Amino acid sequence: MIEIKGLTKKYGKFHALDNLNLTLKEGTVFGFVGANGAGKSTTFLILATLLQATAGDVFINGVNIREKPSEVRKMIGYMPDFFGVYDQLKADEYLDFYGASYGIPEVERKKLIPQLLELVNLTHKRYDYVDLLSRGMKQRLCLARSLIHDPKVLILDEPASGLDPRARIEMRDILKTLKDMGKTILISSHILPELAEMCDEIGVIDNGRLIAHGSVAEIQAKLQGEKTITVRFTSPLEGTIAFFEEDPFVSTIEPTNAADGISFSFKGTEEDQVNLLKRAIGHGIPILSFMERVTNLEDVFMEITKGAE
Amino acid sequence: MKVIFNNPVLFKELKLRFRSPKSFNGILFYLLAICLFVFGFIFMTTSSMGTSYFRPSESYILFTLLSFIQLGLVLFITPGLTAGAISSEREKQTLSILLTTSQSSFQIITGKLFSSIAFLVLLIVAGLPVYSLVFLFGGISPMDFAKVFLFLFVTVLAIGSVGIMFSTLIRRTIVSMIVTYGTMLFLSVVTGFLFLLMRQMTMFGSFTGTGMTTPSPSIVSHILASVNPAMLFASFTSPGIAGAILEVTQVKFPIWIGYLIFYILLTVLSLFIAIKRLRVNMKRSK
Repeated sequence: MIEIKGLTKKYGKFHALDNLNLTLKEGTVFGFVGANGAGKSTTFLILATLLQATAGDVFINGVNIREKPSEVRKMIGYMPDFFGVYDQLKADEYLDFYGASYGIPEVERKKLIPQLLELVNLTHKRYDYVDLLSRGMKQRLCLARSLIHDPKVLILDEPASGLDPRARIEMRDILKTLKDMGKTILISSHILPELAEMCDEIGVIDNGRLIAHGSVAEIQAKLQGEKTITVRFTSPLEGTIAFFEEDPFVSTIEPTNAADGISFSFKGTEEDQVNLLKRAIGHGIPILSFMERVTNLEDVFMEITKGAE
Repeated sequence: MKVIFNNPVLFKELKLRFRSPKSFNGILFYLLAICLFVFGFIFMTTSSMGTSYFRPSESYILFTLLSFIQLGLVLFITPGLTAGAISSEREKQTLSILLTTSQSSFQIITGKLFSSIAFLVLLIVAGLPVYSLVFLFGGISPMDFAKVFLFLFVTVLAIGSVGIMFSTLIRRTIVSMIVTYGTMLFLSVVTGFLFLLMRQMTMFGSFTGTGMTTPSPSIVSHILASVNPAMLFASFTSPGIAGAILEVTQVKFPIWIGYLIFYILLTVLSLFIAIKRLRVNMKRSK
């Protein structure tokens, strides 16, 4: 569905994008993670036919964006990170204008607009002026706008930035619905950990280079050569720490904040982990909980980009 | 034609422009000013002459003055309406979304241009009933009237296209406005000044030691006269001025034809550049 080959964008000597290669299948939800200025928005601008690449090619549904940008525009729905709205235009007129801009006949637009407003929970704001809507509502309306021509690909540049927690959750729910509709979605966000459950793949970009790409589980697995395990006890027992220190796979034992537990790094396999727990119980240690700390995407991102600096 | 009239940008812009109270206030004040001027002129003329009637020759002066007011209006309002058409979209961060739609660059540019000049045309048309008072007193043929309006429209189109072009090329609206007003002032004031300068030089050069000689044809003077809207309008309303221009240039080619050619070419070129430069060229030069 989307094939990016050797995509490069240079501004003078500065590489905003450096030989980016990426292939996404139809229906994939791809999360693009990277610090500010890493190259996410540049990639999206090129995909949206708004910026010329210095080198490389992008194919959307087999169409080269360099050769046929007007065809590509029909296939994509683009939502920029920052966007404005027209003053004195009502929500339904806003959608109607963009519907007409995509050549959708008026009769169809009249049916589509209520459906789209319902999808983004803005039916009650249909006759309100767009510039008077809250930021979250404007974001949702812009998302509805990007869907008006039923594009196969959605390019969403930080759709949840600047939103309060409630608006973020609403946006996430809408994106889940779109995923269920089979759209191919490229989404960049600083709150990707929140969206991890809906992303099939993530790509980490740093200084214009894609430094990690794969499923969320794959990326997490890369980091899990060493796990962190937290153990809590019903009551602290003398000799407990000494017991764990004797295990060849355990290192860096530290007390937890709760004072009734410890955390340590563990290098063994899952079987070694099970054996350690069995032996601890056999040794009479009153274990309340024994759990591996789940590495979230923020940790993954921080870890990967630390190595790339 | 279908592309022009089936144009979402045009309809959206018209809707937004006429939804704003500023447009109606603009028309109201314009008509009030025109009415005050026309009735004030008639009142002053009749009271200063001590007559209770208005002569056709005075009616012609009124027509001339009104034509120049309309021309001034067109020259000063058109850059303000068009020079921010694209750059303000860029500043308001609505342009990138507009450019990812299926609309062609031609549709977007013409939509912006026609919506801007539609307001000016409305102003001019709204003033027609007042303007047509000059017919009551005679001295003006409908042909004179039509000629003035045709050339006003050509001027609006050309200056509007220049404004749209600069608005596309220049990122900031204020800079685009300055450049467009600069271009308008060059065409309407600087060319007139240069023409007058050349006239003086021609007159000075025609005096020789043995007396006056016939000056040779001056193409440059003719071009300067042909691109200057004020001189064209003056030549329409006063046959004496047309004769004076001919005397200086010694070129018998009518300046209104030169004016039409120049302003149509300017319109086409400006629109072509604006359409070409609106969107980024995705094709790389190999």
